[in-house]
Amino acid sequence: MVVFDKPKALTDAPLHYCPGCTHGIIHRLVAEAIDELGILGKTVGVAPVGCAVMAYDYFACDMVEAAHGRAPAVATGLKRAMPENVIFTYQGDGDLASIGMAETVHAATRNENITVIFVNNAIYGMTGGQMAPTSLPGQVTQTSPYGRDVKTVGYPIRVCEMLSALDGPELIQRVAVNNVKNVMAAKKAIKKAFQNQIDGKGFSLIEVVSSCPTNWGMTPSNALKWLEENMIPYYPLGVYKDRSAKEVK
Amino acid sequence: MAKVTFKTDICKGCGLCIEACPKKLLVIAKDKINKKGHSPAEMTDQSKCIGCAFCATMCPDCVITVEK
Repeated sequence: MVVFDKPKALTDAPLHYCPGCTHGIIHRLVAEAIDELGILGKTVGVAPVGCAVMAYDYFACDMVEAAHGRAPAVATGLKRAMPENVIFTYQGDGDLASIGMAETVHAATRNENITVIFVNNAIYGMTGGQMAPTSLPGQVTQTSPYGRDVKTVGYPIRVCEMLSALDGPELIQRVAVNNVKNVMAAKKAIKKAFQNQIDGKGFSLIEVVSSCPTNWGMTPSNALKWLEENMIPYYPLGVYKDRSAKEVK
Repeated sequence: MAKVTFKTDICKGCGLCIEACPKKLLVIAKDKINKKGHSPAEMTDQSKCIGCAFCATMCPDCVITVEK
């Protein structure tokens, strides 16, 4: 009996990501959720600009490539035009939390019935490791060689905390992929975000705290340790908003 | 008995599976190089594998298939 195999919602194309990049894990979790919910034929994904720009080669569903940061706006259009389809966006922190902040906040406050997978690795990966809105205070990047100085460039943006202040969104949750336990919890959260959309509940955003071994300058396993010791304390995991859970209580 | 197979050609040798294995059965095969130019991960002792699929859960590239 096969206990574990590649999900059908992923193509056979080998991923272009660096060794140990957790994008691969998150791609697989999204694909497993699509498989388990049996929605492969009616799912449309929206790819970002960033390392995951070529996600359209990897997901076996239809994909649309959005302009930088505009994935929630494109997903809004897709969902409104094709309400019976399942629409998800897959975005990084340089995409969603920087240039795409306006689209993200407004899609959330309108409670658009879409699923947003937000991959937060605290750096701009594709362009070579520049400081992102989510880079930690003191974090050394290409554009903050002496560490992020909060006096001149401000503090990191905690997207989940910020969006959970809005009345609109249905589900706002932060998960991580640094160990097996957290990966399993992340899968559950991503599946719930898709289920919410099928049930017509509205905007579900799952922030996945992930690593970038290449641009952090670490081995893949050290990057996951750094994530656990530095990122999770700044970006605490948990459910920040779940309107359905509140109604049940 | 549990069986773990590696799609060796797409392994990038990142070693996340090695860290995840509770039985410490996996290693990087330093004497091998795959098509991508990486030294792939491999199983040292198949008979001790418990089929927990932790290695496959942490693998970013879907290299590992686990059968029980």
